[in-house]
Amino acid sequence: MREDVMEAADAPARPDLKAIVGALLLAHGRALTAERIREALIRAAEASGQDPPHFSTAQIAEAVSEVRSALEAAAVGIEVVEVAHGWRMQTRGDCGRWVRALLVKAERPRLSRPALETLAIIAYRQPCTRAEIEAVRGVSVDHVLRSLLEMELIRIAGRSRLPGRPLFFATTPKFLEHFGLRSLEELPAAAELRRRDSEADGWHPPAPGEKVEAQERKAEDEQ
Amino acid sequence: MSARGEYRVRLEVFEGPLDLLLYLIRKNEVDIYDIPIEEITRQYMEYLDLMRMLDLNIAGEFLVMAATLMVIKSRMLLPPEERDEDEEEEDPRWELVRQLLEYKKFKEAAGYLEQREAQQENVFTPEEPGTLPPPDPSLSLAGVNIFDLITVFNKALKRLPREDLREVFGETFTVADKLEELVQLTAKRRRLSLSSLFDRMRSRVEMVCTFLALLELMRVKQVRAIQERPFGEILIEGVA
Repeated sequence: MREDVMEAADAPARPDLKAIVGALLLAHGRALTAERIREALIRAAEASGQDPPHFSTAQIAEAVSEVRSALEAAAVGIEVVEVAHGWRMQTRGDCGRWVRALLVKAERPRLSRPALETLAIIAYRQPCTRAEIEAVRGVSVDHVLRSLLEMELIRIAGRSRLPGRPLFFATTPKFLEHFGLRSLEELPAAAELRRRDSEADGWHPPAPGEKVEAQERKAEDEQ
Repeated sequence: MSARGEYRVRLEVFEGPLDLLLYLIRKNEVDIYDIPIEEITRQYMEYLDLMRMLDLNIAGEFLVMAATLMVIKSRMLLPPEERDEDEEEEDPRWELVRQLLEYKKFKEAAGYLEQREAQQENVFTPEEPGTLPPPDPSLSLAGVNIFDLITVFNKALKRLPREDLREVFGETFTVADKLEELVQLTAKRRRLSLSSLFDRMRSRVEMVCTFLALLELMRVKQVRAIQERPFGEILIEGVA
């Protein structure tokens, strides 16, 4: 792997993968997946007319973990955590109150209880329809869904085959990031709260490349 | 706020009937598997009336649930042998209990998410925080729910001598005045207990105006309510 990186002898000395990955994590800010890192490496090589490098996910993960250990060893108040199927560089939680004191507008809006409950139902039962969510909450969730969509914490994940072809909702990577979750598997009591047996009836995974049209989405919103 | 000081608030309540039922079950410390339907129904109706009196915008589902509770109540009144000749009929409460239990599980899951969210408030990333638009226009009362507030309000109301609610004895209380008063009382992050706020009042109209002013201030996040333990004292605190 090292040789791979050092190969381009004529090019100006290239920093090693650990340094590149560290820079990408800092610059990106949000959770970064191995795939996105690989894309960036390939694009950078192409831009400078070099052959695209081949890095395996394991090599990239290894580089990230080197960055993580380096930060940990340096104890400089910054860490790399695993979140949303990727990694994120962030300030350490135990330094939070000083950062908050520095950033005046650091008070982030918190989600309301109805929004959290709706998210919880979607997270465990996804993909699920509005009617399914309302059956659990016992009250309309129309406006909550709209604002969760707007916040990009949920997305429309196709349509049910049930009469009226209601929309299916699912959580987004941003949902995982917002709550600092590595993956949905991290949610507690998953087995108990997941979909009960045959409720997946009528669900078909979106065909490859199938996107729910923005128009459709809007039309549903207006209903 | 109009120049005349008429301030019309119609606050949206996004909690539903199941929230109210779970609240009453916890408050009365009764067993969810053996809900005293008659008492819970009575209290449910009382809260419903209070919410109407406050002109809160509540979901139609509250009325549907009221009807459901009535049906269950009447079926419970029949001696078991007369309920149905077929085999053992299930407890008329069961469907409701099942629904409550399921909802409760998701409320707990929501509590877990809430905790995670609070933890995330301590970490910062290079990306500017606050990319999330404010959640929704509902009352997000952090730890205190609308029913907790109504309970305090109800207690205060009950202390008052009887009087006709619809009559206004030339009293000059308005929500607008109460808004201002509350802003002053809680200025500079001062705290005061909600019950002591009502204790000083001698009129229902004044209480209603104060309560609505409080909800409005909470909605626009000028004031927040704090309750350190479940069903404990509620403190209100100015945010600015």
